[in-house]
Amino acid sequence: MILLDRVTKTYGKHATPALDRISLHVEPKEFVIVVGQSGAGKTTLLRLLTREEKPSSGKIIVGGIDYDKLRDRDVPLLRRKIGVVFQDFKLLPNRTVFENVAFALEIVGMGNYEIRHTVPKVLDIVNLRGKEKRMPYELSGGERQRVAIARAIVRQPKILIADEPTGNLDPKHAWDVINVLEKINRYGTTVLLTTHNQEIVNKLKRRVVTIQHGQIASDRASAEYQL
Amino acid sequence: MKHRHLKHRKLITFSRVITAGLTNFLRNAWLAAAAMAVMVVTLSVVLFSVITSATFNNTIAQINDKIKISVYLNDSVSKSQAQALMDQLRKLPTVKDVSYVSKVEATAEFRADHEQSKDLLQAITQVGSPLPASIKITPVDTSNITPIKSFLDKPENLTMQDPQAGTSYSGDRKQAIDKIAHATNVLRQAGVVTIIVFAIISVLIIFNTIQMAIFNRRDELTIMRLLGASTWYIRGPFVVETTVYGIISALISVGLIDLMFIASSSALQASSLGLLDINYANSYFHHHFWLLLGLQLLVGIIIGAASSVVATRRYLKFKTK
Repeated sequence: MILLDRVTKTYGKHATPALDRISLHVEPKEFVIVVGQSGAGKTTLLRLLTREEKPSSGKIIVGGIDYDKLRDRDVPLLRRKIGVVFQDFKLLPNRTVFENVAFALEIVGMGNYEIRHTVPKVLDIVNLRGKEKRMPYELSGGERQRVAIARAIVRQPKILIADEPTGNLDPKHAWDVINVLEKINRYGTTVLLTTHNQEIVNKLKRRVVTIQHGQIASDRASAEYQL
Repeated sequence: MKHRHLKHRKLITFSRVITAGLTNFLRNAWLAAAAMAVMVVTLSVVLFSVITSATFNNTIAQINDKIKISVYLNDSVSKSQAQALMDQLRKLPTVKDVSYVSKVEATAEFRADHEQSKDLLQAITQVGSPLPASIKITPVDTSNITPIKSFLDKPENLTMQDPQAGTSYSGDRKQAIDKIAHATNVLRQAGVVTIIVFAIISVLIIFNTIQMAIFNRRDELTIMRLLGASTWYIRGPFVVETTVYGIISALISVGLIDLMFIASSSALQASSLGLLDINYANSYFHHHFWLLLGLQLLVGIIIGAASSVVATRRYLKFKTK
């Protein structure tokens, strides 16, 4: 589902690479946790997958799409296949919860009738039923995070990328978010999660990929947090 | 089935883009007003230039029609000789029309021209018909009469002409016409320069307006991009918005010019404004109303759409680092 082959990303000519010859293979329906300290290269990795950045060298293939052969104008089509939960939510501040989730569907040209049917189902999954008309600023951090997740999964992507979705949340809300991700994964979506929440990693018992100084330090199945 | 589905989606997207564009237009009303004001000026200049250019062309054509070469004939030349000369003249490619004015007709014409000067009329009556018969030649092109002149200057033709009267090539009039033609050319060039300058200014201002609108919504655009919105889904509303500027400005400019004509023809009661024949300009404007309106809309839409396409380009680029 996700394949990285000796991917290197360097910013500037002589800087130390943010990612250094990373090779990673993620199977369909897998749940992978990427851990690493701030600046280790986790976010760079995700930005490469969403094609916000291009690698300096190496090969990336996601969902059968070879990024080397991907033309700029086809990038939107790629992004429609990947659901992304951003670290800073990236919700539209002047739109309601419903509109924020619907936005992802409007972009791909879904009809209003279909949108009215689809959005509530997804809001059910993330336990936000009844808060459709709230504005983002009226929500708690956890709720906002769940709106972001709803928006990421509403198009039923094969891959969900979540960048520190529990970053600013208290333990209870963090677990709400993780539970939603596990639920989605059970429905068949490949999940790639970055976090540095040790407790979450230890309890999930999933595959853990550790990145250190831009390199993969370890890659272990159903592992515990270790740095 | 799948094809129809795709078409349906495209239609939905299209209608969303239009709606978003119109909504943005209403939201940015004040910014839009500034952009439209400049556009109205630009389009008015365009329209005014087109109309004046057509009017001047008409004036020149009218004057050109009046220019005639008069060949004054010796009294000894018989009507049949004159007829033969006229037939030869008609064969020249540079001659448009030839007509004969007899001595009697010439006198009558003279009388009509000088009705007020009684002394002159009296003198003429006493002498009988002193004016020579003549052939009037209308050239195809007043600026190219050399072939006619060289034909008339042939010795066999020259003997038929009245040496005292001399052939008139409407020299003084021709100079005046050349002056008008020159002035028209200068005006036309000035018009083109003015149009270009105003077009650039309005493009820059619309450009600025759109960039401000984009700046206000840059987070939204980034999010749209990250969620996989296509370039035209993001750009479309801006293009719609500035196209509306173009349409409204075109309508206003046509209205303004119309008002100007109404004001100048009724309030001033003038039939010409300096060199400009207002009556003709007015009728030209009203006869070609739809064409001119179409032209204005076209220019307005092009200026509007082009500036927003360029203004959004920078924000829609994918990183290629």
